[in-house]
Amino acid sequence: MGKTFAEKVLGRAAGYPVCEGDIVTVYPDFCLSHENSSSICATFRSIGVDRVYDPERIVIVFDHTVPPPAGDYANSQKITRDFVREQGIRNFYDMNCRGGICHQILVQEGYAAPGLIIVGSDSHTCTHGAVGAFGTGIGRSEMAAVWASGKLWLRVPQSMKITVEGTFPAGVSAKDLILTIAGDITASGADYLSMEFWGGAVDRMSIGERMTLCNMAIELGAKNAACCPNAAVLAHVRARAKRSGWEVVWADEDAGYVRELHYRLQDLVPVVAMPASVDHRAAVSEVAGLHIDQAFIGTCTNGRLEDLRIAAAILRGKRVACRTIVQPASVEIYLNALREGLIGDFLEAGCVVNHPGCGPCVGVCGGTIADGEVCISTANRNFTGRMGSRSSKIILASPATVAASAVRGCVADPRRAV
Amino acid sequence: MVFIGKAIKYGDNVSTDQIFPGRYTYQLLTEEQMAEHALEDLDPGFPARSVRGDIIVAGRNWGCGSAREQAVKCIRQKGIRAIICKSIARIYYRNCVNEGLIPIVCPEAADAIRDGDDVSVDLDRGIITARGARYSFPLFPEFVRSILECGGLIPSVKREMQEKGRK
Repeated sequence: MGKTFAEKVLGRAAGYPVCEGDIVTVYPDFCLSHENSSSICATFRSIGVDRVYDPERIVIVFDHTVPPPAGDYANSQKITRDFVREQGIRNFYDMNCRGGICHQILVQEGYAAPGLIIVGSDSHTCTHGAVGAFGTGIGRSEMAAVWASGKLWLRVPQSMKITVEGTFPAGVSAKDLILTIAGDITASGADYLSMEFWGGAVDRMSIGERMTLCNMAIELGAKNAACCPNAAVLAHVRARAKRSGWEVVWADEDAGYVRELHYRLQDLVPVVAMPASVDHRAAVSEVAGLHIDQAFIGTCTNGRLEDLRIAAAILRGKRVACRTIVQPASVEIYLNALREGLIGDFLEAGCVVNHPGCGPCVGVCGGTIADGEVCISTANRNFTGRMGSRSSKIILASPATVAASAVRGCVADPRRAV
Repeated sequence: MVFIGKAIKYGDNVSTDQIFPGRYTYQLLTEEQMAEHALEDLDPGFPARSVRGDIIVAGRNWGCGSAREQAVKCIRQKGIRAIICKSIARIYYRNCVNEGLIPIVCPEAADAIRDGDDVSVDLDRGIITARGARYSFPLFPEFVRSILECGGLIPSVKREMQEKGRK
């Protein structure tokens, strides 16, 4: 029997062939963290070593509290800036023209590349499977240990194969696909599994669409997710890869999976995940008309230029009927959106346009919501209280559905708006 | 090693957002301060009613969502010894091991135990005793056991680095 992506990529990192269930020790190629770096610094210092194992492998990106709101957030960032300077960490993305959401930066700037092992003190590190890397989330203390020793143990997961064929109907996108899958298999449906996306439809997907799919794998309990690198991925990586030593690694055709699913894009409709779980999937047509107080377009799931183009096409020339926040996932994306006139479209429609970051998603800054309010969002999580108030509610949707809903002030079908 | 505690029972899909809300996650808090917010968005009475040595008993997918380890630290700081559940999210499981909070997956025990029950856990033999019945759970791999016995990952790494004499 052939080997899965996880078996191959972890075997490559370990230096010998491995099977699911094996425990391996690997030296991650890149270690990602954000504002939690101040806490990681403190734990690192408590270990008692003076220098990090390899500063070139550490990437720190400020995104959750950018710019920092009142409270200790500015002090937290200062602790990290001091540490970065002391340790000579060059891969540091502060709130400046190079900044953005950490997962966007990792792909955009070429850190994530095929065959590499990436760990992050952020659960959405699974996003980097979009370019064929093995990406997985770890806690802060574990990251401090990796900063000190350079290594960590990983158990080779079993795998799930999802094959997708066809082309998207109008108004339906990658976000609808992953929300459909989430509703089918539920929040623990991929527990401890490596998710592999296959099929002609995935082969044709942009890097951004692949990121949307892989990003939400953690919401299904997965250890990581991946797509086989296509021409778009290879062109991007060849132009931008931060280091050599990357290599396309993919599963064998005869690899073994614990579960296999098949989807045809033509069968999909726009969907939402109702509060407060991705299990609660509903067709937009079933819940159209539900009142919303705020709409949010952005995050590591859907904050890219292709997402902003879709949203702007719906909002252009109209006025939003509820508070709407748009947040490009990086300054590069923001500048491109500006050059294409999209930022003007958003502002004239009455949207708030935030500096690149992801504060609103986690209820920290940039657009939290009030008691009893409902927000429709392109983010990946709708847990109770996540965007601020315990009594508030979050509906997850695609950029097209969120934009169409913002225009109406209630959940709305993007196929009517396009 | 055997320990005994009272059960505090919760249901399925308790997320790390409910265990430790995002609005505190990027603040500079001590572990004592973290404990004050433990389970705030699920059970605001938890910090007041929990007692050192209690055991959380939960349904499926405990700790799903974010990698924030405060969701483990805040519970451990309140003196919770172990989590017994039907299933547990993988990053949360790993964070438990790293913080010395014992994560036990035992669906039968998690189903049977009620809030307030006395629960006994034998880590060496992999047995939970509650409500007059015994339930088996898989023993931890040796290296996980050694991290738990060290009190967590950082004490374990500290020892390893000292042994290597790395400076």
